[in-house]
This record gives sequence, C-alpha cells and structure tokens, in this order.
Amino acid sequence: MQVPILKQRDYLIASIQAALTDADLLQLRDALVAQVGTFRSRGVIVDVTALDVMDSFAVRTLRDLAHMIRLRGAETVIVGIQPEVAFAIVQLGLILEGVSTALDLEEGLAFLDKKLKAGSRAS
Amino acid sequence: MQPLSEASVALLRELVAHLRQSRTQLREEWARRITEAQLLTAMSKDEIFAEATAVYDNYVDVLETGSVEALQAYARNLSERIIPRGVQTHEVVGIVLLLRDVLARSLFAKYQADFTKLNRVLDAYEPAANRIANTVAVSFVQERERVIRAQQEAIRELSTPVLPVRERLLILPVIGTVDPLRARQLTEQLLRGIRTNRARVVVMDITGVPAMDATVANHLVLTVEAARLLGATVIVTGLSPELAQTLVNIGVDLSKMNTVGDLQGGIEEAERLLGYKVSPLEESPQQP
Repeated sequence: MQVPILKQRDYLIASIQAALTDADLLQLRDALVAQVGTFRSRGVIVDVTALDVMDSFAVRTLRDLAHMIRLRGAETVIVGIQPEVAFAIVQLGLILEGVSTALDLEEGLAFLDKKLKAGSRAS
Repeated sequence: MQPLSEASVALLRELVAHLRQSRTQLREEWARRITEAQLLTAMSKDEIFAEATAVYDNYVDVLETGSVEALQAYARNLSERIIPRGVQTHEVVGIVLLLRDVLARSLFAKYQADFTKLNRVLDAYEPAANRIANTVAVSFVQERERVIRAQQEAIRELSTPVLPVRERLLILPVIGTVDPLRARQLTEQLLRGIRTNRARVVVMDITGVPAMDATVANHLVLTVEAARLLGATVIVTGLSPELAQTLVNIGVDLSKMNTVGDLQGGIEEAERLLGYKVSPLEESPQQP
C-alpha cells in the first residue's frame, strides 16, 4: 500500500494508515526524500498513529529517513507512536537518536513551527 | 470418580433415598453440631440453618449424580458471600467434615444390623464424600485467592498515580519499593497518562523510593526513552544520596536522564521547558 504524502504549507505530511511492508517503507522513504527537494519543504511529519507494531526494520528506516531529510535541509518529526510501541522499541534496544518525536500531528506541527522559527533559516 | 459398578450404583441410590428421607432431622443435627463446635461464629443461627439446607441438598445431589459442577458453583458463590464476613478456611473445611460425619453416623445407625452391607455402603459413600469435601475447600481457597489478587491489583493501581498539575505537565510520585512488576505497571500508566493528558513534560518524583536494583533502574531508563518517543520529556527528581550511589556503582547509564534535586526544582524546570513563568501576583504566563 502506498502512503499518501500531503503538502501543507512548508511541510510534507505522510500519514501511515495500515501496516506497511518493507518495500512500502523504502518507497515512502525515497518519495519523501525526493519530494522535500521538489517542494522545497522545510519540515516532514510522519504519522504512525495507526501502527500497533513496529519492527526493527521500520524503526531503522524511519531513523534513516530522518537523517537523510536533515541532509536535504529539512526537519523530521515522527508523531503518534503508541505507548506500547514506544516501550517495545526501547526494549529492543533500538535507538531513534537524533530523531524528533511528538505526541500527535498537532504537536508535531507546533514543534516544527517553533523549531523553524527559532532556526530562522532562509528557505 | 471411577465408574461405579451396578451394585454400588444401586447402593448409592438407596443411600440418597435415605438421606432425602431423613433430611429434616439430619440437617438439624448438623446445624446443631456446627453451633456446638463454634464454627461460623460470624453468622447468625438462621443463616447457618439456611446455608446448611442448601449445602445439604447440594451434597445429596452430588452423591446422586456424581457431578460436582453444581456444587462447585454453589461453593464459589457461598465463599463470595462469606469471605467478606471473615469466615476462615478451617471453618469451611470444618463444617463440611462435620456433615460428612453426621451422615456417616446416620448410615452406621441404619445399617448396624448388617455389617457387610454397611461396608459396601461406606465403599460407595466415602470416595464421594471425600471428593465433596475437597471440592468445597478448593473452591473456597480459590475464591480467597481471587479476592487477594483483586486487592493486590487495587493496591498496585493506587500506588502509582499519574497527576496532571498544569496543562501539559504531569507529576508521577513514586513511593515505596519498586519491584519489576510494579516498574512495568508504572511504565504502562505513565505512557498511557502522557497520551490521555497530552503531556509534554513529566516530573517523576522518587523521593519515596528507598532502594532500586539494576533491573528496575534500567527499566526506568527505558521508560524515560519511551516517553521521549511519545514526545514528552521526563524529569526525575528526589534521588536520595544512597540511591545515587547505588545507581552509579551498578553502572546504570543515567546520562540520558534529566535529573533535578527535588520536586520543587523539578516543577520549576518543567515550567521553564513549557514556557510558563511564575511570578508573585503578576500574571503573565507566556505560552511558547
């Protein structure tokens, strides 16, 4: 299943609606990294609220995604990680170091607004 | 119960008929002996008699059908009613054994002339009676264990409250020893609390925790990390000197933890992170 990517002002929003295969995840990563450039976006939000399970591959892909997007000059926020998923991730010893997280989409937007205003980079 | 031979089935049927016939008398005898033995002191005479009647009928039913399910259900129901009134295990076992005794005596009296028959009657009666005593005692103990488990659960839930103090700010006071089970519960409640209260900062106060082992400490670190994935910052306050020493000695990596000396400092730090500014009488809380 392909994940729709919505452009909202300066941000790209990818809302994952169902469990994804590894190929879907990679496809999402590539699409986001490409579109950040196309739309000259300054922030990317990945919403994982619908995911009840996240395996190590998904976590690693999200981390890579965040790092790649930073290199492309934008910020990434992962939003909506479920409490059970969050604990499972840390228990597996998977670290999302250097990746910003927020409670939900609204918080994620607020976070990006604040961060980008503080940084005040020319877009 | 092992399948009975036809002869013993017939005997058992005769036995049941006898017990039904002398129901009133045996029941009264039993209730009298219960009072005499000073069992079930928490209950009134009438209540004892009413329960005795029900147990008696169930008892005879089991002898007749050989199926303990109805009795099991009744015993569970009875336990549910009498446990809150402080009835003890020895009382319950005592009354069932008394009934067994009362019935056995009545059988002795009935068949005293014919010893071989008495023998056969007892062969049929004893295993069934033992099984009944067993069933009742087990049901009672199981019910008690269930009550105890429910209470433990309640205590545990009470012991880790998650309290919202301000918009987006939670306090989690932890008091008492934290065992792995409680640590897990704490994590669960904290993460759920962050979600429902949309918290951005959590102050975890462990002033009341006297000691902690490596497992629990590591669990705490994981919890802090998991909270971050939900977008919340955790501030740990009130680490006692002993606890700090233990944690450093056992080599728990606390570098990721945000620690502040006491709860007051923790709340101040949280307010700073949230962009609140508290000043006397001049209200100017600035949202970030």
